[in-house]
Amino acid sequence: METKTIFEKSVKGRTGFSLPKCKNAKDIEDFFPKDILRKVKPNLPEVSELDAMRHYIEISAKNHFIEKGFYPLGSCTMKYNPKINDIVNILPGLTNLHPFQPEDTIQGALQIMWELQNILQEISGMNAVSLQPVAGAHSEFAGVNIIYNYHKNRGNKKTKIIMPDSAHGTNPATSALHGYKAIEIKSNNEGKVDINTLKDAVDSDVAGFMLTNPNTLGVFETEVKEIAEIIHSVGGLMYLDGANLNAMLGYIRPGDIGFDIVHFNLHKTFSTPHGGGGPGAGGIGVVEKLSEYLPYPKIEKRDEKYFFKYDMKNSIGKIHTFYGNFLVMVRAYIYLKMLGESGLRRIAENAVINTNYLMTKLKNYFPVPFQKDVMHEFVASGEKFKQFGVKTLDIAKRLLDYGFHAPTIYFPLIVHEALMIEPTETESKETLDNFIETMIKISEEAESNPEKLKNAPQNTPIGRLDEIAAIKNLNVKFNFDN
Amino acid sequence: MPFISNTDEQRKQMLKEIGVDTFADLLNGIPKEYFTKKSLNLSEPLSEMEIAAQISKLSEKNRNTNQIISFLGAGIYDHFVPAAVNYIISRPEFYSAYTPYQAEVSQGTLQFIYEFQTMICELTGMDVANASMYDGATAAAEAILMAIRHNRRKKILISDLIHPSWKEVIKTYTSSLDVAIDYISEKDGKIDIQELKNQIDESVSAVLVQTPNFLGCIEDMKSIDSIVHSDKKALLISAVDPISLMLFNAPSEYNADIVIGEGQVLGNAQNLGGPLLGFFTTKKNFARKMPGRIVGATHDKNGQKGYVLTLQTREQHIRRDNATSNICTNESLCALAATVYIALMGKKGLYEIAKQSTIKAHYLFDKICQLEGFEPANHSQFFKEFAVKTAEEPKEIIEKMKKNGFFAGIDLTPFGYKNQMLIAVTEKRTKNEIDDYVNQLKGKDGN
Repeated sequence: METKTIFEKSVKGRTGFSLPKCKNAKDIEDFFPKDILRKVKPNLPEVSELDAMRHYIEISAKNHFIEKGFYPLGSCTMKYNPKINDIVNILPGLTNLHPFQPEDTIQGALQIMWELQNILQEISGMNAVSLQPVAGAHSEFAGVNIIYNYHKNRGNKKTKIIMPDSAHGTNPATSALHGYKAIEIKSNNEGKVDINTLKDAVDSDVAGFMLTNPNTLGVFETEVKEIAEIIHSVGGLMYLDGANLNAMLGYIRPGDIGFDIVHFNLHKTFSTPHGGGGPGAGGIGVVEKLSEYLPYPKIEKRDEKYFFKYDMKNSIGKIHTFYGNFLVMVRAYIYLKMLGESGLRRIAENAVINTNYLMTKLKNYFPVPFQKDVMHEFVASGEKFKQFGVKTLDIAKRLLDYGFHAPTIYFPLIVHEALMIEPTETESKETLDNFIETMIKISEEAESNPEKLKNAPQNTPIGRLDEIAAIKNLNVKFNFDN
Repeated sequence: MPFISNTDEQRKQMLKEIGVDTFADLLNGIPKEYFTKKSLNLSEPLSEMEIAAQISKLSEKNRNTNQIISFLGAGIYDHFVPAAVNYIISRPEFYSAYTPYQAEVSQGTLQFIYEFQTMICELTGMDVANASMYDGATAAAEAILMAIRHNRRKKILISDLIHPSWKEVIKTYTSSLDVAIDYISEKDGKIDIQELKNQIDESVSAVLVQTPNFLGCIEDMKSIDSIVHSDKKALLISAVDPISLMLFNAPSEYNADIVIGEGQVLGNAQNLGGPLLGFFTTKKNFARKMPGRIVGATHDKNGQKGYVLTLQTREQHIRRDNATSNICTNESLCALAATVYIALMGKKGLYEIAKQSTIKAHYLFDKICQLEGFEPANHSQFFKEFAVKTAEEPKEIIEKMKKNGFFAGIDLTPFGYKNQMLIAVTEKRTKNEIDDYVNQLKGKDGN
């Protein structure tokens, strides 16, 4: 069922707010000259509180979400978000803090941030951590900016950043934002960085190497130390895109295997909810020689007092108005305090076991081109169904009919008709078995009744949407004239 | 172990199906020396009960704005948030959904973003808004990057009266580019129009002006428009407080090309400055040059109306190194808070909030300026925030007022305005609170 927009539900004169009366007799015209005052007021809804609640509850019911069902979105780590994390929403001592409050009135908040910095340092094996980035791509911005400034200070800002062809789109985009040429190198037949190709691509113009590990095929880059040696030999820096950190928690620390910069996605690895696309929280860790390059301010502790340290001589500066997404940090902090080291290891173990189990059960139906050293996700191909006129998109849409969210599709680019599947550690064997059964059924349907897939989804709040029409007849806001 | 469903028995069974004996076997391909040898220096795991108690205790170590009456602003304001806003944003359907990549099971998220885009367009008078940016500062930085992409010019003029943190973020965002930034100085609380006139030339890509500005004053945007647009290619980027737009000319009325701002004021808590809500809007012709996600309306094959992410070929996951921005995750849930807030407040309520904030701020301003040791810092018109010159050092006043239960304001001395204090008033402040505040300030002077 189509739900009208909130604007179409508006009734002239209806209100949904309750404010105290202001007894002051003055009016706006008493304060300002007419020519700066707005003549035509914006078209905003006029609805009651009940109207608004019904409206947003009605549309909310059209969403898939983690408490409703499985979300095997590769690269997104859609694990369950423990509800205790959300205690932050009801504590005024966390939500009602102004960023310009005196430091002695936010000691509890600073302590949480300081401890979280330390926990992330310990997990990643890095020497210093900044929590200022508010998203993965924002962390990448900070990281590549650090790379740029580091080289600039050494007298040669260099021209290239290397990454595998399986890299997230944010890697080349962030490199380009800094004027670096993004060099994508071909992966080898195991889906890993090809060392010889890398050697050929590397010269003194290489500023850094951006690697996701396990990479976006879910494959662990077993030669990462060799890669680091090659990059370091020309003075480059090793950057870990931490989107897939879940797979190595407690077992392998990026700082121990050659990385100079690591980013965190608190909203993936550390269980903070995704909010339909954000807010997330980034975080970035660096080795000793780069610690003064981190964004300021850093949170430090002296004589049992926590404070913001602004004086950092090589700092790249600020990347956010204040200190990052504080409320998201607290959620991650709660989660991490409940895990400890043993909990971290259990995450990695269960994420890897769940993934390998799924892959084992599905690979005969959906070929998996890269199976060696698969960790927390794997990438299957829907290529073989093309002979029946079925695309990966159709498979994805059919999954929606069965109540599952679809995997990430058409990424990474190096697998044709890619289906990138990440179960995470929180899913049970029963859920995985259900998913397996459904996927097998879909593979049979693809052959016996391809139309079923091409016409999918049927059981969702709306049928398959026409994305081309959306671009052709761009309609990005409600038209009040109709 | 919390948050893991499988039992040891199930894990064993799964390993068997995989064809290995132990978990370690799955890691066989990874060189042994990669594994961490020492145990991590982390505290013992806490139970839910223990961490809940600990977080409560830590939160109580802070003094919050329910306990201390706050006159703090500078970008983050203590506006009232109706209970219904938090009710909706806490619904798991919104709260723990992913980015709406599969449109058919994400219509809730996509529709509210479409409504959010519409509301931002209505407030600003612009044609197209995106789904949100990290905050006002990064929205401003991205606006500048877009202007440079558009006209390929190398110089940016920025009002010296934009938020100081924004200046720093813009500096970071442009640090690796061949771009020069010049600041237009302050003159009596607003930018020096004559200086802007002198600085405009054909090398200027864009002019960024904030109104109300960092000192709370309303800029003369119509004059600024005529100066900036005397050059056909230069873009005017306007940074606005969305609530102020209920009162003052919409940016479209002074021909702004890009309008950005901090949307925290729309139904979001202060959160120690994060999460925030950046918004970004522009003219129709620039839609394909915008950063960030955009939702568009379309239909399914039965003609039913629905929503999808659109113009995705601008974005990093498609366009990679030629993307308009690297942004991926944004502040979607904060945009939902803003959407529900605007729906509840509506045309009348949002106007009332703007009006009450204005009246109360001016009431306080008049009272303070009658006190000995306080005088207006400038003579420009202001919205809900103003600067005063103080005889005593602001930091002393702030310290003493804190002890009396007030966050008195922000010391502007470190920002280059010696002995000035920035004071913000929202509709939340009562007459009693304001009168008490003034009495306490008076006490400071020994009267």
